[in-house]
Amino acid sequence: MRTTGDLGGAEGWGQVKTPTADEPVFADRWESRAFALALLSMGRVSGRNLDAFRHAQQRLKRPEYFDDTYYGQWLHAAELMLVDSAILPPGAVEARARRLRGEDVEEPPVPEPNKPNYAPTGPGSLRSVDTPPRFAVGDAVRAKDMQPQGHTRLPHYLRGHRGVVDLVQPAAVLPDTHAHFLGENPQYVYTVRFDSRELWGADAEPFTLTGELYESYLEPVT
Amino acid sequence: MTETTSSERLPIALRTEALEQLLTERGLVDPAVMDKFIQMYETAVGPMNGAKVIAKAWTDPEYRARLLSDGTAAIAELGFKGSQGEHIVVIENTANTHNVVVCTLCSCYPWPVLGLPPSWYKDPAYRARIVREPRAVLAEMGLELPAETEIVVRDSSSEVRWLVLPERPDGTDDLSEEQLAELVTRDAMVGVAKVEAP
Repeated sequence: MRTTGDLGGAEGWGQVKTPTADEPVFADRWESRAFALALLSMGRVSGRNLDAFRHAQQRLKRPEYFDDTYYGQWLHAAELMLVDSAILPPGAVEARARRLRGEDVEEPPVPEPNKPNYAPTGPGSLRSVDTPPRFAVGDAVRAKDMQPQGHTRLPHYLRGHRGVVDLVQPAAVLPDTHAHFLGENPQYVYTVRFDSRELWGADAEPFTLTGELYESYLEPVT
Repeated sequence: MTETTSSERLPIALRTEALEQLLTERGLVDPAVMDKFIQMYETAVGPMNGAKVIAKAWTDPEYRARLLSDGTAAIAELGFKGSQGEHIVVIENTANTHNVVVCTLCSCYPWPVLGLPPSWYKDPAYRARIVREPRAVLAEMGLELPAETEIVVRDSSSEVRWLVLPERPDGTDDLSEEQLAELVTRDAMVGVAKVEAP
């Protein structure tokens, strides 16, 4: 199944936007506030678990993901994380927003926070591991046809397809478990090269695509 | 978004204001800290940083070699590091090979060198289509590549971040490093444009 934001290869999106040189960093003041709120909320909730934030983005409904532009999506995801950890009760933001525009609505009581039990073993996502990489540059590999219930960073359009290891990248925490506060499980990451015709069929434009895939996303091709 | 009781969707600006108020009241967020974050990404962290990296690589062959072999360290030499720049890989565009970067899963982007991503990079159409028909998408964006140029699309699906080292345009031999940096655009460092001579 393709999650809402897993857009690679999705059809029906029409023309791309034309770049403009003088685009402001934030199109509107609220975008800048939503950006900062999301960054700071992430820290409050989870000690900067970026994977948990991305998982919150993945769980958004389509209108929350697409209709309020990029930083709206960030705001909705931040809200979801704050409700998950009972920093905010469900409905709190909605109620406050209605009060702000003059409606007489009752606000839900502040709950007892229930933050995830989480302590990163280091800053950022890079980690050292004791074992050597399972794959080497030049190895033929296949992205597993996984259908995980939870978070993953294996794009839908690469699943089941064959490629070749192009670079071995440093080991990093595995988003699939880390996003759920189920451990860092660091593993090597591989830049894997795919031929466009392997991904999209014989009529595809000829080009090469690379993705960074965690070791457990890959299986050897013999 | 949670427990929405009516079908009406509240304006996002109002929702943002509400969340800021709720977190500020409880001392969880300090608006002054928010201001600092915002100001940093509006003024100090942006494509002008990446442009300095590229201009230095164009004028200093040893730096260029370091940049291509360990991007993160070479970029840190110029003082650029931080969030979304833990491991930056720099890849060179040449007459034969053209790299272009995307994040199909969200909008991962090398913040320390390019700042926050522009709207076209975050747009679903770009994220969906550049991995399927890059030549057509680049042409829509104004970059027509010769048929013989090999296109390599880089989908940023992990914490690895890509920075494109564009080709130095012809006719720029007399320009200083500072003048060259002014030519380098954000779009060229993502790979949807080339750097043009002045």
